[in-house]
Amino acid sequence: MLTLDNLRIRALLDLYQKKGITREEVIDYLFNRIDRVESQVKAFVYLNREGIRRQINENCICEDVRLKGIPVTIKDNICVKGELTTCSSKILEGFSPPYNATVVEKLKNAGAILFGKANMDEFAFGSSCETSHCGPTYNPWNLKYVPGGSSGGSAAAVAADETVAALGSDTGGSIRQPAALCGVVGLKPTYGRVSRYGLIAFASSLDQIGPITKDVSDCALILNVIAGHDERDSTSVNLAVPDYTKSLMQDIKGLKIGMPREYFLPGIDLEVKKAIGKATTLFQDLGAKVVEISLPHTEYAVAVYYIIATAEASSNLARFDGVQYGYRTKNLDNAEENNTIVQMYSRTRREGFGPEAKRRIILGTYVLSSGYYDAYYLRALKVRTLIRKDFEQAFKECDLLITPTSPTAAFKIGEKLENPLSMYLSDVYTISANLAGIPAMSLPCGLTQDGLPIGLQILAKPFDEESIFRLAYAYEQNTNWHLQKPNV
Amino acid sequence: MAITVKEVEYIAKLSRIELSPEEVSYFTSQLDKILDYINKLEELSISGIEPSTGVLPLKNVLREDEIKPSLDIQQVLSLAVSKEENHFKVPKVIE
Repeated sequence: MLTLDNLRIRALLDLYQKKGITREEVIDYLFNRIDRVESQVKAFVYLNREGIRRQINENCICEDVRLKGIPVTIKDNICVKGELTTCSSKILEGFSPPYNATVVEKLKNAGAILFGKANMDEFAFGSSCETSHCGPTYNPWNLKYVPGGSSGGSAAAVAADETVAALGSDTGGSIRQPAALCGVVGLKPTYGRVSRYGLIAFASSLDQIGPITKDVSDCALILNVIAGHDERDSTSVNLAVPDYTKSLMQDIKGLKIGMPREYFLPGIDLEVKKAIGKATTLFQDLGAKVVEISLPHTEYAVAVYYIIATAEASSNLARFDGVQYGYRTKNLDNAEENNTIVQMYSRTRREGFGPEAKRRIILGTYVLSSGYYDAYYLRALKVRTLIRKDFEQAFKECDLLITPTSPTAAFKIGEKLENPLSMYLSDVYTISANLAGIPAMSLPCGLTQDGLPIGLQILAKPFDEESIFRLAYAYEQNTNWHLQKPNV
Repeated sequence: MAITVKEVEYIAKLSRIELSPEEVSYFTSQLDKILDYINKLEELSISGIEPSTGVLPLKNVLREDEIKPSLDIQQVLSLAVSKEENHFKVPKVIE
C-alpha cells in the first residue's frame, strides 16, 4: 500500500501523471489524517468537506496544470469567495466574502484544490496562535507548545500532514516564525512580489502573502503560481516572474553569505546558535564564503515595528464597525430612538475584538494622535530608513544573509500570553525583513534536545528570491531535517 | 513619557472601543511598559533622515475611467446584519 505520509507537491504531481493515484484518494487520505489528529492539533478553523469534493471535479477542465489536484490550505485572513473568512475574529463571524483574493484565483486557475481555512492569531496579531477567537492551535511536535504565529494553523497543518501546502501572511514574521517552530519551510516574498488584493489588511506597508510547505521545491512551485503584478494591488510590482524551480540547484560555490553579528548576541538560545553554526560550516564546505557583517540598527527594529504596524492596523481595522458585514452588537436599547451610531460602533468593537486587537488599536491610535505623532510615528518612519540602509550596505558586501529565524524553539502554551512585550520580542529576528521589504525564508535546520524544531533564516536583496532558493535547496539536499516528522 | 488612565480612556473613545474601568487600568499598565520599551528610539539621532512610508519606489498608478462590473448589490447586502431596500441600516447618526 502506497504511503502518503509527508506528501509533497512534486511527488504528488508525478503520481498523478503516472496515474498512480487519484485526487479522490488523496483527499480521502487527508480527511482520514485530519480525523485522526485534528482534535489534538486544531489547525483548521473551517473545512468544507463537500466543497472540497466538488472542486475535484471542477478543476479537471483547467488548462494550467501546475498545481492540478494539489490541496492548498488558506490562512483565514485571505478571502475565498463563498467560504467563511474571519481572521479568526468574532467581529468577522459568519463573513463569506463575495470575491476571491488574487492569490486564491491564481491557485484555482493552476488547478489547486482549496483545502480549508487555517487558524491564526486574531487579525494576525500575535506570535503564538493563542489570540485566535477560535482557540489556540497546538504544535504537532509537542502539544504543550505553541505552533508560533500568526500563521500557526497553516504551519501546523503542513507539519502534521493534514494538508500538502498552505498560504500564510507575514507582517513581522508571521510565516517564518511558525514555519521555524513547526519544522517546515516558509517564505515571505519581497514586498510587492505577490498581490495583496483580498488579504484582509493588518499593516499595508509590511504585509505579504507567501507559501508554507514541506520542502524548498514545493515552496518554489507555489511561488511560481502566486507571484506577479496585479492591477488591483497598486503596490504589486510589474516585474517578470522567473521560474523559481530553475534556482533549485546544488551549486553554491562562490556565494558570499553574511552573518549579522547583532543576531548572535546574548538572548539567543544556545541550541539554536549551535544549529546555525553547523549550517554555516556546511555552507563553507560546499564552497560558499561566510563573512561577519553588521546591521547596526537591529536593536531598534522591534520598537519601530510596534509603532508602524499598530499605527497602520488601527487605521485598517476602523472598517470593522458592524455596518456592512460581520458581527454587530445585540446589546442596544430595545427602543430604537435611544441608540446612537457611536454606541453601536463602540459596543460592536468592544464585543467583537479580543484583548490583543484592542491593545494594538489603542497603541496605534495613540502613536498617531495629535501631540505624539512626531515623537512616535514620524520618528519610527525615520528609524525605518536607517534599518533599510543597514541592509543596503550589507548587500554591498554579500549576496545573502543567514540568521536564526527565532531566538528560541517553540515556547509553552500560555507562557507569554500575559506579557505582550515578551511576545513581541520573540519576533526580533524576523521583523527587519518586513521593515526593509526584502525576501526571507525559514527552513528547518535542527531539533533541540527536547525534540522541537529550529529554523534557519535566509535573507536576500529585494526581488532576489532566486538566490534564497539556491542556497536553501543546497542546504536541503545535504541535510535531512526536512524529512523529520512529528509523532502526532 | 508615561501614559495615563485618562489618555487611555480618551484614545479608546477615539478608537470607538468601549472599555470597562478594569480594562482601562489593565491596558494602561501594559501600554506603559510597551511605550517604555519603544522610547529606546530616543537614543538615536534622526536629524536629516528621511522617513520611509514604504519600501518601493512607488508612482501614482493611473488607468482609464471605464465602467466595469461591480459586486452584486443583493449579495453584498446579504452580509449585513441590518438593511432596508438597497441600504445598510444603522442607529440614528444625529442626536
